[in-house]
Parts: sequence; C-alpha cells; structure tokens
Amino acid sequence: MADKVIYATYDDEQVLLRGAKDLVSKGIYIRDVYSPFPIHGLDPVIGVKHTRIAITAFIYGLIGLSLAVYGMYYFMIQDWPMNIGGKPNFTLIDNLPAFIPITFEFTVLLAAHGMALTYFLRNWTLPGVKARNPYPETTDDKFVMELHLHDNHDQTELELEEMLKATGTTRIEAR
Amino acid sequence: MEFIFTKKAKITFAIFMVVGLISLFFGFGADESEHHSRFWANILINGFFFFGISLGTLFFLALQYATEASYLTVLKRVFEGITQYMWVGAIVLILFFASSSLHLNHIYHWMDAAATNEFVIESTIGTDHPEYVAEMVDGAVENKHFDSIIAGKTAYLNQGFFWIRTLAYIGVWLFFVRLFRKRSLLEDEQGGTKIHFKNMVFSAIFLVFFAYTSSTASWDWIMSIDTHWFSTLFGWYVFSGIWVSAMITIVLLTLYLKSKGYLKEVNKSHMHDITKWMFAISFLWSYLWFSQFVLIWYSNIPEEVTYYMTRIDHYKGLFFGVFAVNFAMPMVILMSRDSKRSIGYSLVVGMIIFIGHWLDVYLLVMPGSVGAHWHFGFFEVGTFIGFLGLFLFTVFRSLTKAPLMVKNHPFLEESKHLHI
Repeated sequence: MADKVIYATYDDEQVLLRGAKDLVSKGIYIRDVYSPFPIHGLDPVIGVKHTRIAITAFIYGLIGLSLAVYGMYYFMIQDWPMNIGGKPNFTLIDNLPAFIPITFEFTVLLAAHGMALTYFLRNWTLPGVKARNPYPETTDDKFVMELHLHDNHDQTELELEEMLKATGTTRIEAR
Repeated sequence: MEFIFTKKAKITFAIFMVVGLISLFFGFGADESEHHSRFWANILINGFFFFGISLGTLFFLALQYATEASYLTVLKRVFEGITQYMWVGAIVLILFFASSSLHLNHIYHWMDAAATNEFVIESTIGTDHPEYVAEMVDGAVENKHFDSIIAGKTAYLNQGFFWIRTLAYIGVWLFFVRLFRKRSLLEDEQGGTKIHFKNMVFSAIFLVFFAYTSSTASWDWIMSIDTHWFSTLFGWYVFSGIWVSAMITIVLLTLYLKSKGYLKEVNKSHMHDITKWMFAISFLWSYLWFSQFVLIWYSNIPEEVTYYMTRIDHYKGLFFGVFAVNFAMPMVILMSRDSKRSIGYSLVVGMIIFIGHWLDVYLLVMPGSVGAHWHFGFFEVGTFIGFLGLFLFTVFRSLTKAPLMVKNHPFLEESKHLHI
C-alpha cells in the first residue's frame, strides 16, 4: 500500500500546539509542521531532536583555525621568511600575536560558510532547487501539520481525520 | 521568602576576616619593599576588585532597567544585595587614597612633589622634607628627581583635581545605589508602573554618567600607577574586567542561594541566561586584553612597550597564564547549551575565572608598584580571603534586609515564565 499523507491546516499556532499535544498524547506520530516562524515549545512535543549544526560549526571552525595557522606559518616563516617592522620572525610562537586577527577571521569565515552550506545541503534548499513546500501559504499566515499513514498503523485514514478535526483545524487534505 | 544569614555562615566569614586582618598585620611587618609598597598594593588590589564587583552589578542592574528587560527580574534582589557592598568598598578605597595623599605609600608616583617640581631649595636637600619649587628662586637648584613626563601631566594628575573626581564618582555611584534600592523597596509596597518607568529614566542617566566615569576612574586609580604610560583602551579594558567579575559573582551567588533552597522561581533558563552573560563578557574582556596588547606589541614604540616589558620580563607565566585561562576556560567548557545549564560546569568555571580576574587586577597594580620584587604568598592569599569575607558578610547581611523575591514589579510574572 502506498503511503498517504494527511495535511491539516491551522489559522493559529496556539491551536496547532494544543492539537499537537493532544494528538501525541493519544500516540499519534506527527511527521512535521510547516510554519512561517518558529513555534515556541513545539519541538519537544513532536519529538524534533536538538540540531547538530553547532557541532558541524565547531568542526569547520577548527579546520579554519588550523588552516590559517598552518598557512601563515608556511607563507611567512617556512617558505619565504618575512621580516616586517623588525618583528622577531623564523618562529611561529614569536609571531603569533600578529597572526591572531587573521586566524580569528578565517575561523569565523569557515565556520559561517560551512554551517550555511551544510544547512542548505541537509534541507536540500540550494539555489535553483525547487521548493518542496506543500502549502506556500505556510510562509505567510497559515500553519500546517503533516501526518503519514505509515507512521500511524493503528488508525485508519478516516480515524486520523476525525481526530484532526477535533483539534480545530480549518482544512484537511490527503495526498 | 526571607533570606536567613545563618550563624555558620557568619562565623565562616568572620574567620575569613580575621585571617585577612592577621595577614595584613604580619604582612606589613614582613613587607620589605620600599615604602611598604607590597602591603599597600594588596589593599588597592582587593579594594578595587570587590568594589568593582558591586559597581559592575550596579551597571548591570541599570542596564536591566534601561532596556526594560524582564528575564532577570526574579534575580533583582541578588543584584541589589551585591551593590550594597559599595558602601564598604568605597570606604576602603577612600582610606587607601587618603593614605596615598598623606604619602604613607608611593603607589602613585605623581603625588610626590619631588617628581613634578623642577627646582629644590638647596639648603633643604638631604632633610626629611626637602622643599620643592616650580620656579627658580633664591637658594634653589635643579631638582635631580624631576620627571618632565609626570610634570607634563599635572594639569590632570594633581591631588586637588584627583580628589574632586574620586569623590564625585563615588558619591554619584553611591547615590544611585541608594536610589535604586529605595525605589525597589517602595515598589514592593506601592506597585503600579510609575516607579518602573521612572527607573528607566534614572538608569539611563546613570549609564551615561557611568560610561564616562568608569573610564576616567580607571585612569585615575589604576592607570596612573604606571604614570609614564597610557593607553586609550584602558578604561574599556578595566570596565570589562569589572563587568565579568560581577557576572561571575552573580552566577556563583545565585547557585549558592539555590543550593540552600532559596529562589525557587529561578529556573534553568535563568541560570542559562546569566551563565551566558559570564561566557560572553569573558570574550569582551579577552578581546580588549588582546587588542591593547597586539597594538602595542606591533608598533613597538618605546614609551608604550614599557608597560608590557615589565610584565613580560618579570611576570611572564602569570601574565600569559591569566589570559589563557580567563579566555580558554569559559570558551571551551561553557560553549555548549548543556554545560551552561549544568550547575557543576558553571560552578567550577566560575570559581576558576573568579580567581583569574582577581589575578588580572593583581597584574594591573603590582608591576607598577613593586616591579621585579614581587611575591605571591600567604600575605596575598590571606588578604584576598579577608576581603572576600568582608564582601560576602556585607552582601549576605544586605540580602536579609529585604525579601529575596520582588513584589509588584510589572515584569515579575513574565520573568517567572522564562523559557528558552
């Protein structure tokens, strides 16, 4: 049997939040929620895990830091030793204060860009990729809850729709 | 809920103070540095550090009023409790400055008439009090101790103007300590929003005054120890140190009060927020520390580098170690959300960087006072413990004087429901 997706639209995020709590307490699995803004307190209700993007940012930052330090060590000390303003050169540690600003900038550069690219890739929202939003009005003033039949074996489609109606949804559509 | 200052805590702090007094007494005797510089420098370090904590807290309290922030309203009484130490701290500082003015110590070289007067009456040379004169008169000869750089700064650095400024800063700051406390207690009784909106105006006035005077006070009290040297960034650097010490104290005191069962309304989100402040201001401090250092290091101008030469020649490990710890500890350990919410992590990091920022003040004062002849022993530790006892005793006593939770504050309900 092919999977069927049920979309329930809400006009108010508090109604959706109460509805989600109610459904989850009855053992319904909510796959996703589309909303124009983050709904405070929704994540733990529908079981969204903590984002791991902070960890990737840390790793990118670490790469940036090591690359910057190694790069400057290679350019300024090893490959072509530079003497700028009579500063002690030929060793990394003596020149380190001068390298800190660039190291910092490069760390930030890699962390920020790496994080943004990871985000785009993970969500598959790269430039040129077609948007996969079932209801464009969720970027404006509507809130949509997405349920999959495959996730909820104990209920039939009709039962799910009845339960959704009880939570105050304004429109139900199955695709 | 009323805070109870237990007998056990009272006795502990009293012991701390006794330890402090004993080390001051024996320290003065054992101090072999010239003019007892080590002894007096210790008074200034501790006097300024703990005064700074209450000043930083006053600034943070005013910031809450001025921005109409709601999230830390449940901690307002803790802030007020810490600011009350400023009365005691001000007395310590004024006593110290008075002893400098009376030439009991030579921490401030520019207070010495020998440095700022070009001539000296010949017949008085060699006596206990040689007579220095600014202009050539009969019987006067050139003063060998004359310091033209210091003499060039006498328009600003002279005793009269110094005292006017010092008393103005302390007077106005204490006025605001009293004002905010009084209005906060009044709000408990009256309620309404009138007091709240007026507080916003008062705190804005305070913040403007503080923006100028925190800089000039750090020049007068700390930077003028190294009279020849100056740095335009110094005021900000000292201010960031004050602020981060205040945030650490707030975190540690809140954790203590919570462990004793007080402040039930303070939840994980509040702890997260104040630890975040401790984390963030550590970076502000590190940023300013490094900015001041790297500019002077890079340009390498003789009159500027002297400040760092003294520190790197004689205090190298301590100097760079303090920076490394105060910067790296909070960064690595407190970066993640979970550690900011954990009592253990914020407690350990807080205690270490509390000592770290005390050592930072040590490094602001000591090199200019005793130079290469520095010691770090029972005397320094004992004095620190003594002042810590005095600080905690005063703060705890002021916490008992009002309920730990404000009433009728317009943002109280919102603050209780903070959830991040």
